[in-house]
Amino acid sequence: MPKARRQLPKAPTGIQGLDEITGGGLPKGRPTLVCGSAGCGKTLLAMEFIVRGATQFNEPGVFMTFEESAQDLTKNVASLGFDLKDLVARKKLALDFVYVERSEIEETGEYDLEGLFIRLGQAIDSIHAKRVVLDTIESLFAGLPNPLILRAELRRLFRWLKDKGVTAIITGERGDETLTRQGLEEYVSDCVIVLDHRVSEQVSSRRLRVVKYRGSTHGTNEYPFLIDENGISVLPVTSLVLQHPASTQRVPTGVPRLDTMLGGAGYLRGSTVLASGTAGSGKSSLAAHFADAACRRGEHALYFAFEESPNQIMRNMRSIGIDLQPWVQKGLLQFQATRPTFAGLEMHLTMIHKAINTFKPQVVIVDPLTSFVIGGNETEVKSMLMRLVDFLKINQITGLFTSLTSGGGPLEQTEVAISSLIDTWLLLRDIEIGGERNRGMYILKSRGMAHSNQIREFLLTDHGVELRDVYVGAGGVLTGSARLAQEAQEQAGKLTRQQETTRRQLELERRRKAMEAQIAAMHAEFEAQETETLKIIEQEQTREELLVQERVDMGLSRKSDARANKQKGNSK
Amino acid sequence: MKTKPAKTATPKTAPRRPKRAKANADAFVLRLYVAGQTPKSMTAFANLKKICEEHLAGRYKIEVLDLLENPQLARGDQILAIPTLVRKLPMPVRKIIGDLSNTERVLIGLDLLPRE
Repeated sequence: MPKARRQLPKAPTGIQGLDEITGGGLPKGRPTLVCGSAGCGKTLLAMEFIVRGATQFNEPGVFMTFEESAQDLTKNVASLGFDLKDLVARKKLALDFVYVERSEIEETGEYDLEGLFIRLGQAIDSIHAKRVVLDTIESLFAGLPNPLILRAELRRLFRWLKDKGVTAIITGERGDETLTRQGLEEYVSDCVIVLDHRVSEQVSSRRLRVVKYRGSTHGTNEYPFLIDENGISVLPVTSLVLQHPASTQRVPTGVPRLDTMLGGAGYLRGSTVLASGTAGSGKSSLAAHFADAACRRGEHALYFAFEESPNQIMRNMRSIGIDLQPWVQKGLLQFQATRPTFAGLEMHLTMIHKAINTFKPQVVIVDPLTSFVIGGNETEVKSMLMRLVDFLKINQITGLFTSLTSGGGPLEQTEVAISSLIDTWLLLRDIEIGGERNRGMYILKSRGMAHSNQIREFLLTDHGVELRDVYVGAGGVLTGSARLAQEAQEQAGKLTRQQETTRRQLELERRRKAMEAQIAAMHAEFEAQETETLKIIEQEQTREELLVQERVDMGLSRKSDARANKQKGNSK
Repeated sequence: MKTKPAKTATPKTAPRRPKRAKANADAFVLRLYVAGQTPKSMTAFANLKKICEEHLAGRYKIEVLDLLENPQLARGDQILAIPTLVRKLPMPVRKIIGDLSNTERVLIGLDLLPRE
C-alpha cells in the first residue's frame, strides 16, 4: 500500500480517450463492469483492454470467453490488427473458451463453480496475468441451472478476482430495467461503464458513459465512440478546459489583398476562420487559396470536402488558376471527401481527428460545415464543431470553415450558429446593382488584429481571387460594370486634364519664344541706333577739329598779327 | 490422478433397464471431476459408486480427477462446476453436475432413464 494515496491506482486501458474520461484507466486490481445491448462493442472494448495491456503496458491478460470460440474471436479481432495468436505464443495472452451447453448438462444436487475458479486461476498463473476479461459471464445463467448457486458463486468469483489483484472487465448484456440482465452491477460495484448504440435520423452513433467509478472522479457525460480499423476511440473533447495556446504568428491567406485587409499579414496561426456566404460567392475558392498558400510554404494542408470530390475541386480550382494537383502529389495536401450522411457526427469528428493525428497538418479546411445540418440537429452540430475547434486550437492548427448561407436568411447568422466560436469571419455577399450580380467581401470580425472595415469587390479571375476597391461615391457603392464605367469615366477625365496641361505648357513655350524674339529685335534696334549715334558723335568731333584748323589757317593766311597772335596764342 | 479399476462386483440386483443399457454400449467410462477432498465431492463419489453398483454393475469404469492436482484438465472437458460427472463412453458425452444426490436425475443424465 502506498503511503500517500492521492488517487486510486489505475490500470490504463490504452483505448484512445477512455483513459482521459476515467482519469487514467480502470481501477487497478478491481473488477469493472462493461454493459450494453448486443452489438455495442463490449467484447471489443474488453479485448482492446487486454491487447493494449499486453502490448503497451506489459500486463499479460486472460480473456475468458463464454460466447465465441477462441478461433472465432481471433479471426474477428484480426481485422483490427490484433494478432492474438502471436500474443498467445509470446505468453502475453491466454484465451479460454468456456463452453456451456444446457442440453448436455444435468443438475443432480449441490455444486459450485470451483472448476471455473481453477481454470481461471491456472490461466492467470500460467502467464502471470494482471488483467482478466470475462465475456459474457451472464451466459452461465443460461447454461447452468440453479441461479441461486450461480449468484453466490459469482459473488465469490468477483471477490476472488479482487484478492488475486487482477484488473478485470466483466461484460454484461443490458437488461430491461437494470444495467445487466442478471443484476451483475450488484456485485461489481467499483466501476460501471455503459455502452450504447442508437440510431437517430437513420444515422447510428455509439456512446459510452461511466456510470460509476468508486473512489475516483470521472467524466459523467455520454461520450461518442467509434469502432474502426484501429479499435475503439472515445471522444472526451467536450470535457476539455479552455487552455489552448494563443499564437501571434500570422499565416498568409493566399490572397495578398486579403492579407492587407487583415493588418497586412493574414490570419493568426491556430485561429479559426469562417467564410460564409450565399451559393456561388467564392467560399471554396478562398479555401483553395489558403490551402495553396500553405503548401507553397511547405506546410501540410488537410481538406475535408463534404460536397465535392477531390478531382472536382481540383478541376474547378484550375479554372481560376490554382493548381492543387502538385501539392497532392508531393503529399503536402490531402483530401478527405465523404458525404455528410455517410456517418454520424461523432463518426465524422472522429474521422477528422484521426486524419489530423495521422497527417499532422498546419492547415485544416472544412468545406462546407453546413452540410452537417440534416433536419434539426443544430445543437449537436454546434457541439461537434466546438469540439473540433478546441481540438484544432490545442494543436495550433489554423482552420478554415466555409458555411453556406441560404438565400433569404440573415447574412450575419450562420446556419449552425457558431459565430461565437470563430476568430475571423469573412462574409461573402452578392451585390446586385445595375442589373448584374457581383461578389463583395468584407471582414465581419477578426479577433486580435486591426482589420479593414471596407467592402471589397471579390473577383474570380483566371489567376485566382482578386479583391478590388469598390467605387464609393455620391452614387453609392458601385461594383462590376458600373464600377468599370465609373473607372472609364475617370480615365477619360484624366486624359482630358492631361491634354489641357500639355496645351498650356506649349502655349507658355510659344509665349516665351515670342518674348525672346521681341527682346532680340529691340536689342538689334538699339545696337543700330547706338552705332549711328556714335558715328554722328564722331562726325561732330571731326567737324569741330576741322573748324579750329580752319580758323588757325585763316589767321595765318591774313598774317595780321601772326607773330603776336602766335605768341599770344602760344602764351595762352 | 486416482483411477478406480473397473469393478467386477457381484450383481445383487439386476439393472432396471438392461436392454437399454446394452443397446448403448457395454462399458460406461465415467469421469468424476473434483477439487480436493471436499464434502461435496466425497458425497458425489459415494453416490456415484452406489448408483453404478445398482445399475451398471460390471460394466463401468470410474476415473476421479482432482483439479487441484491437475488444473489444466479442466479445459479439456469444459469443466466449470464441481463436482462434475462426465460420461465419456458411450457417446455422446454427457455432463452431470452436482453431488449426484438425486438418483433419478443422474440416471436421466446417464441416459439410463428416458427424458420426459
